[in-house]
Amino acid sequence: MNVSTILIILLIGAFATYFSGDKLASKVALLFSLAALGCSIVLLNNYNAGENISVINSWITQPKISFALNADGLGLAMVLLTAALTPIIIFSSFGNEYKNAKAFYGLILFMAFAMTGTFLASDGLLYYIFWELALVPIYFIALIWGNGDAEERRKAVVKFFIYTLAGSLFMLTAFIYLYTKAGSFLIEDLYKLNLSAFEQFWIFLAFFLAYAIKIPIIPFHTWQANVYQKAPTVGTMLLSGIMLKMGLYSVLRWQLPLAPTAAKEYMYIFIALGIAGVIYGSIVALRQKDLKKLLAYSSLAHVGLIAAASYTLTLDGLRGAVLQMIAHGFVVVGLFFAAEVIFRRYETRNIAEMGGIRAQSPKFTSMFLILVLASVALPSTFNFVGEFTVLYSLSQINIWFAILGGTTIILGAYYMLRMFQHVMLGETNSKAFADVTLNEGISFAVIIAVLLFFGFYPKPITDLITPSLETILQVINKN
Amino acid sequence: MDTNLALILVLTPLLGFLVNVFFGKSLGKTASGAIGTVAVAISFVVSLLLFNQITSTGKGIQVTLFDWIQISNLKINLGFLLDQLSVLWLLFVTGIGSLIHLYSISYMHDDENMHKFFAYLNLFVFFMITLVIGSNLLVLFIGWEGVGLCSYLLIGFWHKNQDYNDAAKKAFIMNRIGDLGLLIGMFIIGSMFSTLDYATLKTAITGATNLNLPLLSLAALCLFIGACGKSAQIPLYTWLPDAMAGPTPVSALIHAATMVTAGIFMVTRLNFVFDLAHDVQNVIAIIGAITSLVAATIGLVQTDIKKVLAYSTVSQLGLMFLALGFGAYEVAVFHVITHAFFKACLFLGSGSVIHGLHGEQDMRNMGGLRKAMPITFWTMLISSLAISGVPFFSGFFSKDEILLTAFHHSIPLYVVGSVASIMTAFYMFRLMFLTFFKEFRGTEEQKHHLHESGSLITIPLIILAILATFGGLISLPGNSWLNHYLAPLFTKVAGEEHHLGTTEYTLMGVAVLGGLLGILIAYIKYFKQDNFPESDENITGLSKVLYNKYYVDEVYDAVFVQPINSLSKFFRDYIETGLSALVFGLGKVTNEIAFQGKRLQSGSIGLYLFVFVLGMCAIISYIFLAQ
Repeated sequence: MNVSTILIILLIGAFATYFSGDKLASKVALLFSLAALGCSIVLLNNYNAGENISVINSWITQPKISFALNADGLGLAMVLLTAALTPIIIFSSFGNEYKNAKAFYGLILFMAFAMTGTFLASDGLLYYIFWELALVPIYFIALIWGNGDAEERRKAVVKFFIYTLAGSLFMLTAFIYLYTKAGSFLIEDLYKLNLSAFEQFWIFLAFFLAYAIKIPIIPFHTWQANVYQKAPTVGTMLLSGIMLKMGLYSVLRWQLPLAPTAAKEYMYIFIALGIAGVIYGSIVALRQKDLKKLLAYSSLAHVGLIAAASYTLTLDGLRGAVLQMIAHGFVVVGLFFAAEVIFRRYETRNIAEMGGIRAQSPKFTSMFLILVLASVALPSTFNFVGEFTVLYSLSQINIWFAILGGTTIILGAYYMLRMFQHVMLGETNSKAFADVTLNEGISFAVIIAVLLFFGFYPKPITDLITPSLETILQVINKN
Repeated sequence: MDTNLALILVLTPLLGFLVNVFFGKSLGKTASGAIGTVAVAISFVVSLLLFNQITSTGKGIQVTLFDWIQISNLKINLGFLLDQLSVLWLLFVTGIGSLIHLYSISYMHDDENMHKFFAYLNLFVFFMITLVIGSNLLVLFIGWEGVGLCSYLLIGFWHKNQDYNDAAKKAFIMNRIGDLGLLIGMFIIGSMFSTLDYATLKTAITGATNLNLPLLSLAALCLFIGACGKSAQIPLYTWLPDAMAGPTPVSALIHAATMVTAGIFMVTRLNFVFDLAHDVQNVIAIIGAITSLVAATIGLVQTDIKKVLAYSTVSQLGLMFLALGFGAYEVAVFHVITHAFFKACLFLGSGSVIHGLHGEQDMRNMGGLRKAMPITFWTMLISSLAISGVPFFSGFFSKDEILLTAFHHSIPLYVVGSVASIMTAFYMFRLMFLTFFKEFRGTEEQKHHLHESGSLITIPLIILAILATFGGLISLPGNSWLNHYLAPLFTKVAGEEHHLGTTEYTLMGVAVLGGLLGILIAYIKYFKQDNFPESDENITGLSKVLYNKYYVDEVYDAVFVQPINSLSKFFRDYIETGLSALVFGLGKVTNEIAFQGKRLQSGSIGLYLFVFVLGMCAIISYIFLAQ
């Protein structure tokens, strides 16, 4: 068995879901996403046992493009993240009714397919195809099943689509240039290139534009809050939980090793940009009226820190970044789900219309609070492991980076607890709030279990990703 | 065996927490209270066993469970260190913890969420134990932030009241400012010595020849910022008085006896770091002294019984830091312990009063409770005598040690500490006279219901009062068991105890007289002259400034909170929309270019031909001219 199996399962799943009809679609989708999860675990076992799970087939001979999928520890970690979050995301939607559900769930699986492909592709053009392919389903999900005023939504979603597409074109240009130099799109051939500092600068910048928009890094983030707000929660979860990790992952996989000299030359600028995002996102999050928008800005702050750590070009930075990507993936999905649970009962995302929920729903309150605490990186949650490693790596570059980036632990606590207070606490709300249903509880419980388990025992993940990060660092430091 | 003991110690309260969270409601109030109490009592018994073991072998126990966080040059274990210091802390955390749990069974019995209360208290004890027994700074940090979380949960226990929620949030955020300091301190130490483990760190520092002292001092300063947050020192102290919003047993346990001493614990734990950072030690001594004085002055005029005790706690913590600043760790630890006894007793006593008056906290509406609540009165009186430094009560010995140490190092700071101590005696007896003497000033309804609290409340009070009386015996001047017990922790040569000479006896006399003076003034003012505090609007002048806590909260609000919120609104309303417009602008520009381009393609064959001919001419002339 090799990594293409998981792609096949997801692709077949997408079609099977579509043809299973509206009634069955959600269950079929869940089944296939669970199969993909099972498959990824088997793959992990095989990988750990030393088996070769990569694929390389020539696909187009002129230009030389290969169907090359390679899973190292880093790729597998991201695949596992996708495979674990997809069923949670699908299952979390079980309380909702969607029109044309077969298309909706089919698109979710299709998106999971494209994102998994992005994490696995080791041929530049194949990677680019998966990267762009992932944009299509989320475009439709946000546009068709989103909420709020249709015209506003169309504007926000189209902006997102064009904006990210435009960014990606720079990356495509960079790939084509690299191809002319290397005569191949294969990542190992590209890694071998010796580009001049001038070439590297432009390559680095082209990749940066694509990733900065996707991640997003300020000031390229303007699409984010509106799309997060207007997309259906499932879409928001896919975007924030997995898709933005595509950008962060790509920084590690493609941008840094392909332009190492430029990366070293300009790392301070990009670290600073990431940290500026931390502070800016945190401050903007403070005064948001819409719960989903608040979470969007919190996400902006968190990914800023991850990006900053990635650009440290140290093992700690890269490792912290990956740990934090995974931890953030889970926590952000949990938080958006909490917003959804409230929306199901109160039909609002406006924080001012909430409050006084705690008295009516002890279970939901506990789960929501644990997620809030994980989000502010309380020790004993996975997020703390990530954030500590990230901040430590920044402190090794310059102590001020750690101090400024570390303001996230103060500002994060401020906006999250403020939000929690206004959403959950206070005099009992006049509107009844039913406590979580069994299904909702299961989604929360799974996420919380993951966050707590790896909070105390992150070693399996650290051991999985460290060798491949060391390899990447070797490429970066080869000359 | 040791590993098992350590695990029982730390996991029993966690188990208590889980049982109460999941089954507390259905078990009923008494059962949930009993489970919570027993869980902590078991930890107390284990602590006694460990104490016994440590005193007989004299050696600490190191337990390593598993690798936790991996960073290239430092590997962080999840492990425990049970040595003299941690076991001492364990004893009073779990001991007083058990008493306060017992007390809470009665105190919280009318609350519908009593099981949650016990769950949080158990969780607190779990984190506090983790903080104390962690074998490295990062495990301490789990406990450190964990107790902060429990503090947040318990301050905001009555979550329908948004003021209480504000207080809870404030406590958490101010603590986090300190926590950032602690983290940065850890980063510096980690990169200097490649370890966060206490034992390894001690070896590394004591063995090092070429230390970067300025950097180490910076680390010490950052760690101290952390301590300031947790132990409510200037400038991060304002959360503690607000924390009184929590139920009174919480104030006794978390905000007086245990959690707030975490900063002192940490500094004592890292004494080998602070010993090398003399400038930072000076800063600690000065901050401690100023905090003790500032808090004491505010305590002079407060009318809420718990607020008086809260400021008293801040002030006493300041005295402990004063001792830490002079490297007199054992003296600070001594005061931590005696303070835990008498302050827990005072808080629980005030709780008994508040309980008896159905929630009344304003001392202006109390008075004359001596007869109705004799046990509460006598136990609080004993504790007040102890905190005021009246001879032979526990506080006398510990406070005297601090002032003595200060005298030997810095006369000005000695004076500041002494003045704070006199004020302490005054406001404590002001509290006693206003609460227990004269006529009752509350409503007839309340008067009718005045009664002593039940035995679950009075027994802990009596035990704590006994401890507050005799606690001083653990460190008698000239013959200190405590100093001897703690000696293995410190690098300096043991036996540096003060000889009891004329100076010492004189200072002791001065301190005693000072304390008695404070009591006397309170007696004259609030017993003889029958004064009692004015209602809020009649407070003027300096009193008003003190009553309003020097307006520090207002200043912080104006300098930090408001600007950040305004900035947030500015970013939200202008920068965000501006950036967004910019992106749309790019789109519009593209559109415009396309539109102009489109106009060229007008479909007019004539124009096309014209351009075509023009182009041909250009190419031909280029070819010919280039020849």
